[in-house]
Amino acid sequence: MVRLENIRNFSIIAHIDHGKSTLADRLIQVTGGLPEREMVEQVLDSMEIERERGITIKAQTVRLEYRAKNGETYVLNLMDTPGHVDFAYEVSRSLAACEGSLLVVDASQGVEAQTLANVYHALDAGHEIVPVLNKIDLPAAEPDRIKQQIEDVIGLEASDALLISAKTGLGVEDVLEAIVHRLPAPKGTQTEPLKALLVDSWYDPYLGVVVLVRIVDGTMKKHQRILMMGTKAHYEIDRIGVFRPKMQEVEELGPGEIGFITAQIKEVADTRVGDTITDEKRPCAAALPGFKPAQQVVFCGLFPVDAADFEDLRAAMGKLRLNDASFSFEMESSAALGFGFRCGFLGLLHLEIIEERLEREFNLDLIATAPSVIYRIILRSGETINLHNPVDMPDPTRIEQIEEPWIRATILTPDEYLGAVLKLCQDRRGVQVDLNYVGARAMAIYDLPLNEVVFDFYDRLKSISRGYASFDYAITDYRAGDLVKMSILVNGEPVDALSMLVHRDRAETRGRAMVEKLKELIPPHLFQIPVQAAIGGKIIARETVRALRKDVTAKCYGGDATRKRKLLEKQKAGKKRMRQFGKVEIPQEAFIAALKMDS
Amino acid sequence: MARPTHLQTDPGFAVYVHWPFCLSKCPYCDFNSHVRSEPIDEKRFVNAIVTELAHRASLTKGRVLRSVYFGGGTPSLMKASSVSAILEACTKLWRHAPDVEVTLEANPSSVEAGRFRDYRKAGVNRVSIGVQSFNDADLKMLGRLHTVAEANAALDVAASVFDRFSFDLIYARPQQSVKSWRAELKTALNRAGDHLSLYQLTIEPDTIFERLFRAGKLKLPDGDTGRAFWDTTQELTEAAGLPAYEVSNHARPGAESRHNLIYWRYGEYVGVGPGAHGRISTPAGRRAMATERHPEMWLTVVEADRQALVEDEILSSEEQGDEFLLMGLRLAEGIEPARFEAVAGRRLDPERIASLLAEGMVELTPAGRLRVSAEGFPVLDAVVADLAA
Repeated sequence: MVRLENIRNFSIIAHIDHGKSTLADRLIQVTGGLPEREMVEQVLDSMEIERERGITIKAQTVRLEYRAKNGETYVLNLMDTPGHVDFAYEVSRSLAACEGSLLVVDASQGVEAQTLANVYHALDAGHEIVPVLNKIDLPAAEPDRIKQQIEDVIGLEASDALLISAKTGLGVEDVLEAIVHRLPAPKGTQTEPLKALLVDSWYDPYLGVVVLVRIVDGTMKKHQRILMMGTKAHYEIDRIGVFRPKMQEVEELGPGEIGFITAQIKEVADTRVGDTITDEKRPCAAALPGFKPAQQVVFCGLFPVDAADFEDLRAAMGKLRLNDASFSFEMESSAALGFGFRCGFLGLLHLEIIEERLEREFNLDLIATAPSVIYRIILRSGETINLHNPVDMPDPTRIEQIEEPWIRATILTPDEYLGAVLKLCQDRRGVQVDLNYVGARAMAIYDLPLNEVVFDFYDRLKSISRGYASFDYAITDYRAGDLVKMSILVNGEPVDALSMLVHRDRAETRGRAMVEKLKELIPPHLFQIPVQAAIGGKIIARETVRALRKDVTAKCYGGDATRKRKLLEKQKAGKKRMRQFGKVEIPQEAFIAALKMDS
Repeated sequence: MARPTHLQTDPGFAVYVHWPFCLSKCPYCDFNSHVRSEPIDEKRFVNAIVTELAHRASLTKGRVLRSVYFGGGTPSLMKASSVSAILEACTKLWRHAPDVEVTLEANPSSVEAGRFRDYRKAGVNRVSIGVQSFNDADLKMLGRLHTVAEANAALDVAASVFDRFSFDLIYARPQQSVKSWRAELKTALNRAGDHLSLYQLTIEPDTIFERLFRAGKLKLPDGDTGRAFWDTTQELTEAAGLPAYEVSNHARPGAESRHNLIYWRYGEYVGVGPGAHGRISTPAGRRAMATERHPEMWLTVVEADRQALVEDEILSSEEQGDEFLLMGLRLAEGIEPARFEAVAGRRLDPERIASLLAEGMVELTPAGRLRVSAEGFPVLDAVVADLAA
């Protein structure tokens, strides 16, 4: 067990690409956590996708031993945290397990929207914060300007910010000293009954569910019988240890320490992040406050391109969920796309990552329907329904009011793109809350309906600002909106996969774009096919797929029978792959293309 | 479209003879045709054809021959004595109907027209002449070696020598307008005997036209214009008493090509010569056969093995059903649903028929036959795909 005053628990707050993972690598290397030959870049980002995208999805932790200049040896627990807004809840629980943070800012880029949000989370969690300016070796570095910016935007004293280059190793020693001397030691009492925070849990194919814990009071030992205060579940600890960054078993963990346990827990869903773990026989008096459970805010249907892959998709989703309890799935069937799943995600990036992992790790070909948020439908009967699939929308005559989730968005952008950014926000029904300047950068605060953001807001923002604008958001509230269900009808038949809830003012534009696209995508039939967008019984846009005019083989004699038959067989096979809507056959590729346009 | 009055339940049996040689290859043609710089050994090829005929006869004992058809290639490059030898062999191998039809495809050059009388003596009673166009510039574009004047002269000879003759035209050619086709077709109808084949130009795989088409150097009419060409063709031929009895074939009622009717009615036929196809009925099902396409290779194999089949298989009932629809629905007379059931071992989907009836694409005759309507013919491939699916 380590003495409390020799422990420092800290996290690193940084924007993507500002050097958080490189700094973490360097800290591990300098303190000798890993032999040189085992160092790979971004040691803590163990998922393939994390390394490729340069992002952190799951919080990771590592225990470093550092012999400070004062001769004392300290245990430094680094909690690596995700930077993306979708994973904000993972950030908040990592922060809850620490007493301090390093705020890493790129010395030429400056503060970004997500950094800002995470610093506020850290301040809320009572953290001491040490500003660190990274990439100081680059010619474009402007440490003085960035220090000023940190003070102006965040209101954090930055005169004593550390100037480092994680890449070259410059100033890394200073970072370690600052962790020891500027961040507080944890508090806690060893003699008290066990009180530990369940920080995270994940599924390991060899060990089963691994639980990351932070001990507040008391001690945790192997074979100890424990009680999860929230879920009331009892377990016996069968393994206890720390990450260095490899797993290393220890005898016990005491107050202030961070480590892992395993306890024959079957799935991640059996554990509740934020729960308090205590001793079964000698429980603590009160549980820790815990945190809000992760909220799914974006939903979409995932369907296999090949219907025969449905069972494989179900199995793959089950496997992913073992490790990520924050996404949900339930079976759904669509006339257009066959059998698939309705899935809930923490945000668009989360959706993309899950989709990509399913395709890559399980070799599946998927179609994703347009993302939807959760609408709150208040019926005339007084009943309230949470709706996340437009297909399930009740009859409009039964609806009193539809409410949609709104977010407060913080956007930081270079001045030259501000006009375009403001226009984008206005177009998406945004309401300006605040607008001010931080040096050459503008900071716009907008209230926006989430449903406008889940479409292509982030992509549009990146493209109009050439990638320079940064964006963060938090869901604030539900507000009533003039929302309508727009259906797409092909030859008079509604196509379920293409219906969506939209704001009445935007319906016509969206409807027109959709029917024009479908007109190009639906092959001509023997009859003409009206393609319509409708709100209730009212058609708001219409196009017509013209009937086939000429399609007949000119020559077909005795010697042609075999070849023509083979062509016909191919045609028949093609028809089998088409989806039938009344009399109209629509190739699945048409749906994929139509859905792409929209998201 | 007109329908032959003498509907037959037994479509009959025919022999197809493929003569694979041409003086030059036409850029639109994807038939099994070959150009040889040296004269070929015609006698050896004829002997091999006779050898193959004997092989096919052993598979089709008891059949009554209704038609022999010399196709190509250019069979009018054959000597009359060669045609005579092949027809003599046929007479020895099969009994034949008293009105057996013997057709030979001919090019309208003066040399070939000069052989018409001898062909008639050999037993040919019908020629089908590859006129293709009544416009010299277009004949050149189509790679034809003859002129309009030669075509007219050949038609004169044919009309004086044979009771029955037909000729082919290709329409919807690059640069051709519907208006100019209307004028050309009128000329053609004035020259016609009792039968005409009118083909809308199609880009076939592995032809020079396909290469030009892909390179964007050859434009075909769009759907609407293609349809206008079609409509004009139907209008003029019907008015002239030569309505279509098949997609591209027009005849005075009773003057239909008996040979081709056997194909479309899904009758039995054997093919001899390089790249020739056959279909015969066996107790196990319909047997599909095809020979080696390369002429000299075919010759060598036949001389060694008495036949040169490279494909020989029993078709599944689904395949037979597909072929039956594919061929039968091309005819204005349509198909007998009961025969489809017998061939395919399944019923046509009543829902699909109902929907095609509602769309006006097909009709049911009082006698219970299913036939494609005038509206349905220009989009026949889609109708067949619907029914076959």
